Amino acid sequence: MSKITGSQAIIQCLKEEGVDLVFGYPGGAVIELYDELCKTDIKHVLVRHEQGAVHAADGFARATGKVGVSILTSGPGATNGVTAIATAYCDSIPLVVLTGQVPRALIGNDAFQEVDIVGITRPCTKHNYLVNDPEQLVPTLREAFYLAASGRPGPVLVDLPKDVIGSLITYPKKEQPKMQTYQPNVEPHPGQVEKACKACLNAKKPVLYVGGGVILANGSKELTQFARKLNIPVTMTLMGLGAFPGTDPLSLGMLGMHGTYAANMAVAKSDLLIAVGSRFDDRVTGKLEAFAPNAEIIHIDIDPTSISKNVDVDIPIVADCKQALQAMNSWFESHNAFDADTFAAGNQPWVDRVLEWDKKHPLCYHEEGDIIKPQFVIEKINELTGGDAIITTEVGQNQMWTAQFYKFNHPRRLLTSGGLGTMGYGLPAAIGAQFAFPDKPVFDIAGDGSIQMNIQELATAKQYNMPVKVAILNNQYLGMVRQWQELFYNRHYASTVMDHAPDFVELAKAYGAVGLRAKIKSEVEPVIKEALSTNNVVVMDFSVSREEGVFPMVPAGKPTTEMLLV
Amino acid sequence: MKHTLSVLLRNKPGALSHVTGLFSGRCFNIESLCVAETIDPEVSCLTLVTRGKEGVIEQAIKQLHKLIDVIKVTDLNEKDFVEREMVLIRVKADASSRAEVLRIIDIFRGKVVDVSANSYTVEVTGSESKIKAVIDILKPIGIKEIIRTGTVAMARAPKSK
Repeated sequence: MSKITGSQAIIQCLKEEGVDLVFGYPGGAVIELYDELCKTDIKHVLVRHEQGAVHAADGFARATGKVGVSILTSGPGATNGVTAIATAYCDSIPLVVLTGQVPRALIGNDAFQEVDIVGITRPCTKHNYLVNDPEQLVPTLREAFYLAASGRPGPVLVDLPKDVIGSLITYPKKEQPKMQTYQPNVEPHPGQVEKACKACLNAKKPVLYVGGGVILANGSKELTQFARKLNIPVTMTLMGLGAFPGTDPLSLGMLGMHGTYAANMAVAKSDLLIAVGSRFDDRVTGKLEAFAPNAEIIHIDIDPTSISKNVDVDIPIVADCKQALQAMNSWFESHNAFDADTFAAGNQPWVDRVLEWDKKHPLCYHEEGDIIKPQFVIEKINELTGGDAIITTEVGQNQMWTAQFYKFNHPRRLLTSGGLGTMGYGLPAAIGAQFAFPDKPVFDIAGDGSIQMNIQELATAKQYNMPVKVAILNNQYLGMVRQWQELFYNRHYASTVMDHAPDFVELAKAYGAVGLRAKIKSEVEPVIKEALSTNNVVVMDFSVSREEGVFPMVPAGKPTTEMLLV
Repeated sequence: MKHTLSVLLRNKPGALSHVTGLFSGRCFNIESLCVAETIDPEVSCLTLVTRGKEGVIEQAIKQLHKLIDVIKVTDLNEKDFVEREMVLIRVKADASSRAEVLRIIDIFRGKVVDVSANSYTVEVTGSESKIKAVIDILKPIGIKEIIRTGTVAMARAPKSK
């Protein structure tokens, strides 16, 4: 069989995996790969910083459910990607990151642009590889794609020495990677499913607590069917938003530190908590001992390490969320003694009580004349996009207000760094999502602080005509930290005042984008409308009420029933 | 509580660092670690002694299972098992103490593996408590250097009926 170069093999393997889009940044170690890549029909997006490349691949992956791919060069190229790799790891996003490495003979030699990226990324990848043997190049890449997408997804890094990329190899026949040491359990145990279903039937005050696992498993339909059929209120984590329609009467919105009053009260008073694809994160549970103290807990998750990690679980189901929910749905369908309507009616008093909490303390904010309230901006974006835009966020107040006030009715519409909390995520992720859905409105809801962390990607958006809309909620503060300082540090605003920002409107223009400004409330709607009708990158600078806080708020370490309200 | 874990993993560069990184990154404790190839050269066996509350050990075992290169994890505390450790001790052995050292080593079924004008290097094998005992007894005579292997352990074969 004729030999091909490592570069050609990589390209062929990417095609075999269905990849037609990669995000990256070239450099000495990957120059040959780029030489080959740019002769093919795989589209390469040149970002302006390697962190942006991996975030963009991540945004693409979250929006589509496919594996995102990025290519970085060795040394600083690779280390610049680390924050974004860790971001994907914390949120279980399937990525394959290819990094260049110095030639094998120079590894360990402190060569130019050499870094032990496999060592550096060991704790923030699902798995990683250094390809030492050219014949292992293709099998390794196949494993990387298989690992990234299966089980609990995650980023996989493959480090490619320059001489491996350049060597001549025989392209191995296509075959499914066989990994005896890796067999994720996707099918639910029927006995556990039955136990869980019976527990549902015995419950008087059940609550569904839904996380990103449902979205990753594409299980929204099954979840919605389950919740509606049994008439069970649903609260979602930040990562779970959109798994169940936000405008459904059974939706309580987000729970936890900035969750709704109704969601936190419902969990606290419930007698059965059904956790699906969620992981009892500290931002969700608050003080652990006071979290759902009276509830029996069912936990469905594909990752056994998530079970009973923070909270002891009564009925664990280790499985793919979609399959587990399907199994529960069909148990209820086939179970003769079960009358869904009777059960749903029996739940009604509890549902009424939960809705009562929501009526008592709904999400709200105080109007202040002409001043733009950040929550109002998000409500308007929600209204003018019909709740169907793809929304990315940065991290901080902008992220929490988005989670509270944008009503996500579909999965894969909110792309946000939940676990790691990476400022600078939103803009590159929006670009990645826009590549996947060129005709959908894609918004990055940002703060004036976080947008500056990866603002250089405006050039990428412009270069490829990706008309993302950046909405900056500009309060001239690092708002979330400022809010903590206001509440817990005696208003000592240590290093959170950011009143030296560029003029974002002029900056947008400098990038060839459109800049729009709103200083008073009545200008908000026209600005958003203009942005939506502009087929160009748009930066909207909203001067918002400076010291607005995110409420409700549960102070860190407190029980989630102890909420500070508006 | 002390747990002895036996971990089979793929014998590949980096596999061990995934295991040790997992422990250090989660602040789990490693008391001793011993690793070498098994009869199958593609598989290594690692014996790891750790200490922690039940929940922590359970989490550590689950996390080990999750590592891609890990084939099998056994918590030997759930079974009957044999454990052995080896120690090399260089002990002071001048005219006055030579005979005493030899007597002690004989009691512990150790042997002398190196001799110099004023020291013996002895080898002793046994359970952790036996190793500790021999060290305690030789200490007053004067230990110059000591190297321990850490524990290796194996589940006992099932008893025939």
